Amino acid sequence: MRLSYPTNVKIVKVPCTGRVDILLMLKAFESGVDGVYLAGCLEGECHFLRGNLRAKKRVEYAKTLLDEVGLGSGRLEMYNMSSAQGQRFAEVAREMTEKIRALGPSPVKKKIKGGG
Amino acid sequence: MIVAERKSLEEILIMLKPYKKVLLLGCNECVTVCAAGGEREVGVLASEIRLARAKEGEEIEIREQTLERQCDHEYIDQVRPFVGEYEVILSMACGAGVQYVAEKYRAKPVLPAVNTTFLGVTLEQGVWSERCQGCGECVLHLTGGICPIARCAKSLLNGPCGGSSNGKCEVDKELDCGWQLIIDRLKELNQLDRYEENIPVKDWTSARDGGPRKRVREDLKL
Repeated sequence: MRLSYPTNVKIVKVPCTGRVDILLMLKAFESGVDGVYLAGCLEGECHFLRGNLRAKKRVEYAKTLLDEVGLGSGRLEMYNMSSAQGQRFAEVAREMTEKIRALGPSPVKKKIKGGG
Repeated sequence: MIVAERKSLEEILIMLKPYKKVLLLGCNECVTVCAAGGEREVGVLASEIRLARAKEGEEIEIREQTLERQCDHEYIDQVRPFVGEYEVILSMACGAGVQYVAEKYRAKPVLPAVNTTFLGVTLEQGVWSERCQGCGECVLHLTGGICPIARCAKSLLNGPCGGSSNGKCEVDKELDCGWQLIIDRLKELNQLDRYEENIPVKDWTSARDGGPRKRVREDLKL
């Protein structure tokens, strides 16, 4: 399809979104990223039955943690798409990029880059 | 198990305000099972604290360590070689663990990261429920294996009270009436005659009313 999506999106491959622990999401923010989204399979289509539904709950919980921390829950999202939906993948990448760009850089980023 | 719940990040950050070097101690026992203060929760809390501090442009160093137990001194001793490098200990154990760590390292401030809530069971993954209040004089043999002290909102020994309605307690529509549970269970056990017997006034000196409790097994002492 040769679809293009924003170059700022870095992909971390996992076997299933059910693998994504809350700590992995927080560590990503600690490493200085501005936003994180999980691209899971469509609901009801998980090869591991409930992996994407577990991920959805974890994202909801992690959002409360981000609010507590002061980064804001908007920097974390969960999307569902089929591996056959390349178009949707690119669309989500653009959508999330725009959303995060509107929120601005992560407030912890500057400090981390500054050697803190 | 002892069930606990993590304190809010806001409360923890206020406690940690004066400190820059923190030893964060998890516990591998009860608080791990109830997902309040095990290795995983230590990781999440440490990450949250680092993010919150970084956001404010403040430095913090956190060492994450999870002990087998914080209610036995041999495990607490495991941090002795490096505890001196930290200004404060933030413990994710139950109240007993926090206090025992504080007793062992008297020169070090020890802060609680969780609220210890009750003695209970796992109803399902992620749901815990109170079952025991450690009153020191068990009456479960009289009440069909259901505790009137822990399960009845009024801890009545001869219930139910007038607040029981359709099997639910007046304090909460979702809460089962402890005494309805007891009667139902006695029926199932064919022991409803037990319900006819009044349970005498309880000796509360075996509970907290007699002051802090201590138990000694002389044969086990070294």
